Amino acid sequence: MEKASYTCIVCPLSCKGTLTLDQDGYATEGYLCKKGTEYAINEYTNPKRMLTTTVKINHGMYPNLPVVSNKEIEKSMMFTCLELLHHLQVEAPVKAGDIIAKDICGTGVDIIAGRNMKRKT
Amino acid sequence: MRVLDMDLVVIGGGPAGMAAAKQAKEEGIEKVIILERDCELGGILQQCIHDGFGLIDFKERLTGVQYAQRYIDLVEQSGITVMLNTMVLDINSNKQVMASSESDGLIQINAKAIILAMGCREKTRPQVYIHGARPAGVYTAGVVQRYINMEGLIPGDKAVILGSGDIGLIMARRMTFEGIKVIGVYEIMDTPGGLTRNVEQCLRDYGIPLHLSTTVTKIHGNKRVEGVTIAKVDSSFKPIKDTEEFFACDMLVLSVGLIPENELTRNAGIEIDNMTKGPIVDENMMTSIPGIFAAGNVVAVFDLVDYVSQTGIRAAKGAAKYLSGMLDLSQSYVPIQSGENVSVIIPQKIRTSNMDLKEDFYVRVKQESKKTRFMVGSNDDTYSIKRFNIVKPPEMVHVSLKKEELVNIAHGDIHFHMRKDVK
Repeated sequence: MEKASYTCIVCPLSCKGTLTLDQDGYATEGYLCKKGTEYAINEYTNPKRMLTTTVKINHGMYPNLPVVSNKEIEKSMMFTCLELLHHLQVEAPVKAGDIIAKDICGTGVDIIAGRNMKRKT
Repeated sequence: MRVLDMDLVVIGGGPAGMAAAKQAKEEGIEKVIILERDCELGGILQQCIHDGFGLIDFKERLTGVQYAQRYIDLVEQSGITVMLNTMVLDINSNKQVMASSESDGLIQINAKAIILAMGCREKTRPQVYIHGARPAGVYTAGVVQRYINMEGLIPGDKAVILGSGDIGLIMARRMTFEGIKVIGVYEIMDTPGGLTRNVEQCLRDYGIPLHLSTTVTKIHGNKRVEGVTIAKVDSSFKPIKDTEEFFACDMLVLSVGLIPENELTRNAGIEIDNMTKGPIVDENMMTSIPGIFAAGNVVAVFDLVDYVSQTGIRAAKGAAKYLSGMLDLSQSYVPIQSGENVSVIIPQKIRTSNMDLKEDFYVRVKQESKKTRFMVGSNDDTYSIKRFNIVKPPEMVHVSLKKEELVNIAHGDIHFHMRKDVK
């Protein structure tokens, strides 16, 4: 691999460091603690992020319903999941925590409603 | 005209107002009302669909919307009166509140105590001195956030973001998710305005460039934005002429800071801090008018909603003490002054007789500094309270001081310093 650089976001120090891989395994430079090393290896091997977006809701107080993943999703799957959610429509009313998309794109992650949304009267 | 008598009127139903009202009920205040101008509670949190809220308060990583929902549920269960679609027009030093709504017309509320929780507003184009034509397509980041996240509107195709405040960074990612091309984020200062976390996860993740020491010098287009001219700036923030470059875009998104919203506060004659642009508050979040308290971003712009809620809780506790006659209003205040590398301090003054066992302070530094001590001093004596590996202007520092520590030094003005460790 080439040298990859990552800014650790675990604490406010925000160490800028680099990660390299050779026959002896991973080596990092520039991180002041081992959390930085862990962060860099995670970012290189399997970065994950929470997914937050909106879906269309019919007959709701607003046209959009905010949704969030119930755990982190692999970063590489973000746009695949977003594409599916762009085409999804739900019907009001909705309660916060309701599952909007179960096991989205086979990731094992559920997408849930962020808030209650009443039906428009 | 409808006239109401209330023990406590909370102005604003965002996180500060909801936390204050809920706490007021817990303190045993009977008649508590929240006046909110929007059609629902939650304030700006309702458009903050991203996560990172509530880590301190709920020990969970919630979205803004989820955080708001938790408090809305608590408010609805607690017997607080909520008047929505109600705009407060005026408050006076006798604690009379004038408001109006479509359903009730003009309303007068006679309050025994008031908590101001009106939040803050975004700075707009004139406040950052971009002159010239006024085409459509110049938005503040919060407006774009509301359009996209709540109203289902896509306000353009290609965006330049001016300012690297957190909302701008968050919206760079959000616009990318919705298919808007973000050309870049341009920041006049030589350091990012927002949190490192947001620079990494909102810009770097999606390959959006951040250009420091640059600014927009001209907006092109008459009916609609057609592009912007961007230039590097010198050390005194003056654009360098021969670095000017044109970028085609149909949106300019401003993320250039927030200011507390204090028209009501000023009209009531409450003393304002020039640094924070919010009311000067004391150890109980009380303003210069006894019985009128303030909480959250109306006082100063906080980085974390958890801090906003904490100030709401403190204001409610103060209001409860005030209503039961337990606040000592006689003793004079000890002012807290900004010393070395300190800009903002909340609260700005204290009466040790009214303090609980400890007092929370929120401090903002002027400059980034590593290995720094938080020092508290009066006259010639300065005490080291806490050591920080790093302090940065975008990340407010929360420090607790014990009452005994403050009583010992509260003879003259107290100075707060962030002093670099000398080896």
